[in-house]
Amino acid sequence: MRFRLTDDQRALRDGVRGLLARRFDRTALRSAVDRPGRLDRTLWRELGAAGFFALRLPEADGGVGLGLPEAVLMFEEAGRALLPGPLVATHLAAGRVPGAADGETVVAAVDGGGLVEWLAEADVVCGDAEGARPLRSVDPLTPLHRVPDAAAAVDPVAVLLTAAEQLGTATRACELAVQHARAREQFGRPIGAFQAVKHLCAELLVRAEVARAAVYAAAVTAAPADIAAARLLADEAAVRGARDCLQVHGGMGFTWEADVHLLLKRAWVRGRRAGGGAAGEELLAAELLSGAAR
Amino acid sequence: MDLSDSPEDAEFRARLREWLGKVLPTLPPKPSPDDWPGRRAHDLGWQRTLYDAGYADVHWQASPAVRLIFLEETERAGAPYVGANFVGLLHAGPTIAAEGTPAQRARWLPPVLRGEEVWCQGFSEPDAGSDLAALRTRAWRDGDDYVVSGSKIWTSHAEVADWCELLVRTDPGAPKHRGITWLAMPMDAPGITVRPLRTLAGSAEFAEVFLDEVRVPVAHRVGEENDGWRVTMVTLSFERGTAFVGEVVACRRVLGELALEARRNGRWDDPALRRRLGALDAGFRALWRLTQWNVSEAEAAGGPPGIGGSVFKLRYSQARQELYDVAADVLGDDALDLDRPWVADRLSSLSYTIAAGTSQIQRNIVAERILGLPKGR
Ligand SMILES: Cc1cc2nc3c(=O)[nH]c(=O)nc-3n(C[C@H](O)[C@H](O)[C@H](O)COP(=O)(O)OP(=O)(O)OC[C@H]3O[C@@H](n4cnc5c(N)ncnc54)[C@H](O)[C@@H]3O)c2cc1C
Repeated sequence: MRFRLTDDQRALRDGVRGLLARRFDRTALRSAVDRPGRLDRTLWRELGAAGFFALRLPEADGGVGLGLPEAVLMFEEAGRALLPGPLVATHLAAGRVPGAADGETVVAAVDGGGLVEWLAEADVVCGDAEGARPLRSVDPLTPLHRVPDAAAAVDPVAVLLTAAEQLGTATRACELAVQHARAREQFGRPIGAFQAVKHLCAELLVRAEVARAAVYAAAVTAAPADIAAARLLADEAAVRGARDCLQVHGGMGFTWEADVHLLLKRAWVRGRRAGGGAAGEELLAAELLSGAAR
Repeated sequence: MDLSDSPEDAEFRARLREWLGKVLPTLPPKPSPDDWPGRRAHDLGWQRTLYDAGYADVHWQASPAVRLIFLEETERAGAPYVGANFVGLLHAGPTIAAEGTPAQRARWLPPVLRGEEVWCQGFSEPDAGSDLAALRTRAWRDGDDYVVSGSKIWTSHAEVADWCELLVRTDPGAPKHRGITWLAMPMDAPGITVRPLRTLAGSAEFAEVFLDEVRVPVAHRVGEENDGWRVTMVTLSFERGTAFVGEVVACRRVLGELALEARRNGRWDDPALRRRLGALDAGFRALWRLTQWNVSEAEAAGGPPGIGGSVFKLRYSQARQELYDVAADVLGDDALDLDRPWVADRLSSLSYTIAAGTSQIQRNIVAERILGLPKGR
């Protein structure tokens, strides 16, 4: 058992982090917020060229030939950067939908939940989006449509990659909270010296680290129950983490200019995708009865 | 990232599993929780059995991965818990191995491994719990002895212990972290009074220990005089290391049993209950993975599991309490009947967020030492 990142995996993660820092920094994030509903096609192609979508396609088919653990590391970075767009849907369409692999085509999907992300910007839609109606999305970076009959089967890989994105967002929430707690002073000292704040930050880290172990393990085993567990913990880490991060920021956290609300809103959107919440818990409960735990 | 056993680890696992299958059916039944001499004999007997089979020192010598396999397989097979051997095997022993002289190692380590001597931990005092360095039990030199007076509290297994890892203040004038010394005290020395304390679960799991001019040879000092705080940190790093790992496996087993019980008594039809069980299972799965991660990192770094243990302990102690709260929902009115399974476990789970460093103290450790937030008061 060597349950830690290999050198290659570390290099891949650092590479993706570097690319996103260059191409989707804070300025890009904020200008995307100012142009809601529009996807940066140039960036999409660059992601494609970097192998974001073709990562798991065999090399013989023009892909990168890597596996789920590597995909999880990339999606974690995407979640950390709050990268917008139907990333999971396009990644899953690579090799099946022409142009998806290299980022020429933007693919949206009806995933079995009741909502579709980025429907209007998509070139191709997987699943039956008949009768879809737009709603005013809470997340300025994720346009949403409601679909009446979302009966698609749930793809465990989509559930796992969503968990990876949530993990990245949870990690970002922890970093932002700690940064602020170190810098902001009240009563003549950094607020991070106060236990009430310190303990919020500690719990942020605990939830994120527990989720990380679950997400990485699920990427290795690819077992549906492991994936369900990973998703539940990552949803919790992202949603509660973003809320606590907002609390640590005080009034600043309630301000549009600060990024904290973007973390929370995106975490909420991802939390509604198929395979989390009740569905995940029921899957694990059924597993308990089957005796798999014993 | 790899979760499969290496060939050597797989071989260790297979051999251990086969041995457990043979030896466990021959063990005597577990004594009742209040039968202390019986519990001591049972726990020491199990340690002796491990010793004879060559597994006694698995916590000390083996790689962290092997230790994990040992805890996983013994728990899965329903083998006895370390019990009264907890302190000797999991922290006093490793501390002496790391900090003791050759003579001290030769005197104290073999009896722990052979299941002949039980240790207890005399750290906490009535006025020094979380603030351990506030301890006041005094020790002064008289010839080749330290003379010790004071009192300790919440000392687990004190009634049946042969030795105590004892913290004393040897320099009352020094700053509070500097004047402390770590001693090995024989529990049969004159001047020691052990007064059992009942826990909220009704058992006499721990005790008050009164020390009235107890003589402890200077040769029993581990580390230098007044350097006991550093030695204590070594002890605590072992205590918070992999000590709780086997229990995660046990909790997952309990969860499976709860599901079956809920189906039997009809409560399984309540989706809210099913969902809580499913959510808890997610948590225990993740804690197990976190352990594997910590162990792999420790192995790569070549040291004991570090402060990451605090991350684990925080989440685990919370999850364990939730587990038995859900058990109470499965049991319904029976949750108030001490004769029902899980009810006593629910009571004892309440100690998990207190013993070995409270959750508040663990959060301080995570915030200050991992996240680098400023120290508070
Ligand atoms: C079952 C059990 C077995 C034990 N076995 C042993 C043993 O064998 N040997 C031994 O030496 N000890 C043992 N202990 C003692 C244990 O280590 C202490 O109980 C523990 O460290 C807490 O100390 P305390 O009880 O004095 O609580 P206190 O330190 O008085 O704490 C009371 C409350 O205040 C909070 N608090 C205290 N300081 C702070 C702070 N700085 N910031 C925020 N909150 C704070 C605590 O979190 C807690 O909620 C055992 C305890 C239990 C419950």
